[in-house]
Amino acid sequence: MRVFYVLLSLLALALPWIGLYPVFLMKLLCFAMFACAYNLLLGYGRMLSFGHAAFFGFAAYVASWLVTAHGAGPAGAVLSGMAVAAVLGMIFGGLAIRRRGIYFAMITLALGQLVYFVCLEAPFTGGENGLQGVPRGTLLGVLPLRSDRVMYYLVLAIFAAVFLFIRRVVHSPFGHVLRAIRENEARAISLGYDINRYKLLAFVLSAALAGLAGSLNSLVLGFATLSDVQQSTSGEVILMTLLGGTGTFFGPVVGAAIVVTLQEYLSDVVGGWVTAIIGVIFVACVLSFRRGIVGEVVALRRRRGQPRAAGPPEPA
Amino acid sequence: MSTVLGIPVPVILGQLTLGLVNGSFYALLSLGLAVIFGLMGVVNFAHGAFYTLGAFAALLGLQYLGINYWLALLLAPLAVGVLGVLVERLLLRHLYGLDPLYGLLLTFGLALIVEGSFHQVFGASGQSYPVPDSLAGALNLHFMFLPLYRAWVILASVLVCFGTWFVIERTRLGATLRAATENAPLLQAFGVNVPLLVAASYGGGVALAALAGVLASPVVLVNSHMGNELVIVVFAVVVIGGMGSILGSIVSGLVLGLIEGLTKVVYPEASNIVVFVIMALVLVLRPAGLFGRE
Amino acid sequence: MTVSRWTSALGSAFLAASPCMAYAAGEPVVIGDIDDTSGVYADVEGAGGVEAINMAIADFGGTVLGRKITVLSADHQNKPDIGASKFREWADQQRLNLLLGGSNTGVNIAMSKVAGAKKVPFIVIGAGGASLTNEDCTAYSVHYVYDTTALANGTATAMINAGGKTWFYLTADYAFGTQLQSAASKVVETHGGKNLGAVRVPLGAADFSSFLLQAQASGAQVLGLANAGTDFSNSLKAANEFGITRTMKPAALLAFLTDIHSLGLKTAQGLYLTTGFYWDLNEETRAFAKRFFAKMNREPTMDHAGAYSATLTYLKAVKAAGTTDSDKVMAHLKKDKINDMFAKGGYIRADGAMIHEMYVMQVKTPQESKYPWDYYKLIRKMSGEDAFGPITGLCPLAPK
Repeated sequence: MRVFYVLLSLLALALPWIGLYPVFLMKLLCFAMFACAYNLLLGYGRMLSFGHAAFFGFAAYVASWLVTAHGAGPAGAVLSGMAVAAVLGMIFGGLAIRRRGIYFAMITLALGQLVYFVCLEAPFTGGENGLQGVPRGTLLGVLPLRSDRVMYYLVLAIFAAVFLFIRRVVHSPFGHVLRAIRENEARAISLGYDINRYKLLAFVLSAALAGLAGSLNSLVLGFATLSDVQQSTSGEVILMTLLGGTGTFFGPVVGAAIVVTLQEYLSDVVGGWVTAIIGVIFVACVLSFRRGIVGEVVALRRRRGQPRAAGPPEPA
Repeated sequence: MSTVLGIPVPVILGQLTLGLVNGSFYALLSLGLAVIFGLMGVVNFAHGAFYTLGAFAALLGLQYLGINYWLALLLAPLAVGVLGVLVERLLLRHLYGLDPLYGLLLTFGLALIVEGSFHQVFGASGQSYPVPDSLAGALNLHFMFLPLYRAWVILASVLVCFGTWFVIERTRLGATLRAATENAPLLQAFGVNVPLLVAASYGGGVALAALAGVLASPVVLVNSHMGNELVIVVFAVVVIGGMGSILGSIVSGLVLGLIEGLTKVVYPEASNIVVFVIMALVLVLRPAGLFGRE
Repeated sequence: MTVSRWTSALGSAFLAASPCMAYAAGEPVVIGDIDDTSGVYADVEGAGGVEAINMAIADFGGTVLGRKITVLSADHQNKPDIGASKFREWADQQRLNLLLGGSNTGVNIAMSKVAGAKKVPFIVIGAGGASLTNEDCTAYSVHYVYDTTALANGTATAMINAGGKTWFYLTADYAFGTQLQSAASKVVETHGGKNLGAVRVPLGAADFSSFLLQAQASGAQVLGLANAGTDFSNSLKAANEFGITRTMKPAALLAFLTDIHSLGLKTAQGLYLTTGFYWDLNEETRAFAKRFFAKMNREPTMDHAGAYSATLTYLKAVKAAGTTDSDKVMAHLKKDKINDMFAKGGYIRADGAMIHEMYVMQVKTPQESKYPWDYYKLIRKMSGEDAFGPITGLCPLAPK
């Protein structure tokens, strides 16, 4: 497994030089981060949030606004976006965790929609026009980010950091308790754990990392628009996680890569049918492909009796 | 002109009336959702898609088959209901043993398929469906001109809603349905064909959505997004009313429509989010919903 | 022989000195069109716009500077992020030489930022927001067909002269609507009228009823419709349905031929509107319209005619400059005069605005209309300077 990761990292480092469009790659990485953050909640916490775009998109707006209206540097903007997303996560999480399962999903859905409408009306977001022409600036006053290649390596580094961080969290005592709650809530309570606190913390972490992805994405593309907070974006991240494999580390990355690539290149071929095709993939996943791609791969390897090396954990 | 808090009364009454029209749609749709959830435990994310389907069925029926509005009111829900039964039998049935979240995700995927396909074929901007001649014209209510058709919408929705409530709560058929939620295997042991009942409830629930769609066609433009935009608000309504409570969803729908109308007078920018804010409040104060029983 | 030795010497010197030119000789000139082809503004330009561009290329001869011309087109779905991303991708990956911007001011503002960053000539056809040549101007943007200032100067003035002194606006809630509302409000105030208020409506709203009630409650004489496309036709229809038009006169601040066609003369008669082109104006416009009709089965709107003219103007500028280098082409665009069926004596100002004649029209009654698409009668012509107003100084490229 380690070999696989090393090879992949080398490939990732080389990608812009092979001729792939760096902006597309960065968008892919940001969404992969978003999906990984989402997986923390869904795969490891079994909480299906339907409004996660709120964190991604609102952080994007905050970061973009700080850069355009207040001349903030990229580091400050991204960190602020992340912080705001965390606070939002605390508020939403606090409300949503009061209910379970389906109710939780519906509450997050409605709260996500609330954020959408706030972004539509609030003066600082520019409404339908969004915030445009967001410059990337210079990182910590030292590294100018205008070049797509330079920005790519920065995004790649942040992605790697997020990925490793999530691994750390899942393998930490906190992560173990979270998984215990996922398996059997009643038993976890009987063992004396304050499950609401754990769930809320998972929610806040997930929201903060989603916010990080969103802020970064807005700097990459140079704008923050309503698409970032739209319901469809929430749906997309669910699909990415599901398709890739919930409860696996690499699943969301694979899922994000597939969905972003599909949207980018399929729309040139089939135009507007992309949404419907994504819907079909969704349905197929739910019906017969619930472990997702990486999940299936892991299960296949297990069935073949191969020794499980250090790597992705058991699927959800 | 008399005023309340500085706002002329005719203005308030006008927006309240329009709010009642919107509330009728909320009530009809949340009723369908409540029926499906109460009887099957499935949160039908595709509810908006079936609403859209109902509207398109009416539109296309008129354009290609010459089916007039009144026939469409009958046929569209029927057709969509049959489609619903097929969806339940072919797709949803496979997920019953699993985490109910999968049912939610499946219906979400279905909604995407419907919306995406219709968007591609018909474009995003809507097509207009003509108001039937017998309902053309407007009522001069002094504080506003209310198109006769919208008055009909209110009447029809209230009738259908309370009719459905009556069937479920007060008839034998309804009792059987309710028994199926309580204890399906036992009911099956009594010889009732429970799978058929479940399929029929799903079909019935989405037929209600399609009926709302037909009712909506002359009011809003028939477009691919009409359902999905509406259904999120309806979910909030159902959470407020209490999932599974039929009466709760009807009353909440109507009342929330009125509140939305009032907000448009007092603070128009907030009218989009007032339902969600109320939902948040209800969750804090009374998580089971106003009429819910948990 | 001496001649051939000279030519071969010249030829090899040429090849040796400029390898880039030899490479560029084969490279096509890429023209892009990003527009709303499936939403609220799909009929205003849409597929007809691409057709008009192709007509212009054919009329120009099919090639410029010996290079083929290719056309790319995409749907921005009224989302600024899609428009901007597509433009950036074409600029980075497809060596885009010119972008024509379709409807939706918000998207065009986003795209103009990309034009400035990537230094690609950007001619706005379908959008109206005057900020494109003011706060949002760039050295590479041109605003070609019409703008909110001209619309207000034409239509609002006509309505005020017809007795509409007090105004209430139904405004599409994005850059275009707000800019149109503010332009109209200025005109109303200058002429001694009063602006009683406005209500902001989401783009593509399905139901206008509650907004219209708010408008009626204001008691204004004029209902200023600061929207366009299907938003315009639907809000007008709803205003009729709710009896609003009994007490308020609707002002069609932006209406295209296609809107009037879909509304029908019975509903639209008497409306004042401002346009940059009308198919039935003179022999030249009729000739263009005839060719357009043969392909699209309907008469062209000002956007279609504008797309044709803009493409032609660009190709002429490239020929005159001898290169597709953006700065050189822009210099020619801002220098040369434009004379074709769309504009006579038109010119592009320092801030990017294409100054040309605009026409205030009134929609005919069903009795006055003698043949299909005979919808407008000319009320008055506005010179370009009158229509687009003086330089405001808000664009750094064109100080006052």
